[in-house]
Amino acid sequence: METTSSPLLQVDGVTLAFGGVKALTGVGFDVRPGSITAVIGPNGAGKTSLFNTISGFYKPASGAIRFKGEDITHVPAPQRARMGLGRSFQNIALFRGMTVLDNIKLGRHAHLKTNVLDALFYIGRARREEAALRRDVEERIIDFLEIDHIRHAPVSALSYGLQKRVEMARALAMQPQILMLDEPVAGMNREETEDMARFILDVREEWGVTVLMVEHDMGMVMDLSDHVVVLNFGQVIAQGTPAQVQADPEVIRAYLGAGDVGDLRAKLQRAA
Amino acid sequence: MDWAYLFEISLTGIAGGGLYALAALAFVMVYKATRVVNIAIGEMLMAGAYLFFTFASMFALPLWLAIPAAVLGAGLLGAVIERTMIRPLLGEPPISVFMVTVGLASVLVGLVEMIWTADQRRLPDFMPTKPIMIGDAFLAPKVFWGAMIAVVFIAAVLLVFRFWRGGVALRATASDQAAAYSVGINVPRVFSLAWVASGMLAAISGIIVGSIGGISSSMGVFGLSVLVVVIVGGLDSVLGALIGGLLIGLIEALAGAYLGGEYKLLATFIVLVAVLLVRPYGLFGTHEIERL
Repeated sequence: METTSSPLLQVDGVTLAFGGVKALTGVGFDVRPGSITAVIGPNGAGKTSLFNTISGFYKPASGAIRFKGEDITHVPAPQRARMGLGRSFQNIALFRGMTVLDNIKLGRHAHLKTNVLDALFYIGRARREEAALRRDVEERIIDFLEIDHIRHAPVSALSYGLQKRVEMARALAMQPQILMLDEPVAGMNREETEDMARFILDVREEWGVTVLMVEHDMGMVMDLSDHVVVLNFGQVIAQGTPAQVQADPEVIRAYLGAGDVGDLRAKLQRAA
Repeated sequence: MDWAYLFEISLTGIAGGGLYALAALAFVMVYKATRVVNIAIGEMLMAGAYLFFTFASMFALPLWLAIPAAVLGAGLLGAVIERTMIRPLLGEPPISVFMVTVGLASVLVGLVEMIWTADQRRLPDFMPTKPIMIGDAFLAPKVFWGAMIAVVFIAAVLLVFRFWRGGVALRATASDQAAAYSVGINVPRVFSLAWVASGMLAAISGIIVGSIGGISSSMGVFGLSVLVVVIVGGLDSVLGALIGGLLIGLIEALAGAYLGGEYKLLATFIVLVAVLLVRPYGLFGTHEIERL
């Protein structure tokens, strides 16, 4: 690749197996700092497995995950979160029964350093931290993601699109260096999709957060991404700029099934 | 109808219910965090009481030392149980873990009988013995002070788990484990924490129950009533544990006084069936509890 800066995240020859079934085989790619990198591929290609391996839920059989040059393959998931790997989930994992604000505050959990007594008597460091937390959370993230009007609403009462946004807000509250979004616009209508696309771009521009996403919406992937990685049957079949990937006959075949490549390419380009 | 008598019985029942509530809290804490139905809750109570007996009567430690030592010991027991029996079963079907806790109950009873024999023992008296009069109603001092201690600890637990970040982590883990991981909560440590806290609460209840009625290797049957309490209240509901505890305590006392001691369990189980008919998840339980 042409960039000179060292990668923020490196996935290096990762193989993941469940029993005899290989979910990922020798998957390797780099995520450059400040980039928006997308992982695409048909259903069952291993995209979410890859995400879960990167965030530490699954341990790869071989290969390594490196974050800022450091091998984190054996670092447990919560610690990876604290190191700066924030993420959202395909099937929305929010703390139901809590409010939007509580959910976002929990994103700050990893950074809090209060002990029992402080918390009980609400003194000193606890209060200062709480105040800093409030400001940080309320002023920046809630405004940024335009969820001010629902901050005290229980998350289970919100629409799907808003829940996705709250999940993103919680991930942002962790002040991650890399934000991993698992299908950020799946199941959203056009307007919600456009909002989310704008948020993703702004996260990168205003917050300097690197984005790694799994997404099905081709139009969105092609519009936003700097670098696209295509998975099929657990293997990387192509990667490069959106234009390069779009032109790759292998990708077109994997994505749209067998057929006339020229015809499919035209279709794909129209979609993008 | 003798209203004064009814009042007296009700007071005793509610005071006894406070103890159920404390023990039920110990159960709910583990269930909430780890989704484990801990059948051995009564036996953990018993283990705590025997630890206290050991420290106070056998080692003749002063009470201010014996009680914390027993509670800490029970917390350690909770940690050991979690680490050696529950953690390895992470991800197994709930029924397997459930069966392990059934086995745990037998193991604990066996250990107690091996170490302390099956004889009934008396715990040293540490509660004031001055009779308590509320209006004209007499309340046994041990029952009254036992309930007071339970109330204090229930309040402490509620406060700690409302404001301490470990408590917040526990509630978050209870709500969604994957999400908890993703915000940097060390979920296995939360599991340990829940078992340790549960062991300690069980020990406190055990010490009180033992001081009132003595201890023996069969005092785990107290756990049977605790299970009724948590099922009535809703397995994962703290509020349910508290209200269920008071309700079952009251019903047991009333049944015992007006029908006879042998009807106590019958009455509580009738209530259990009635509640489950109307609210299958218990009074305050969440509507997605898996069946065993």
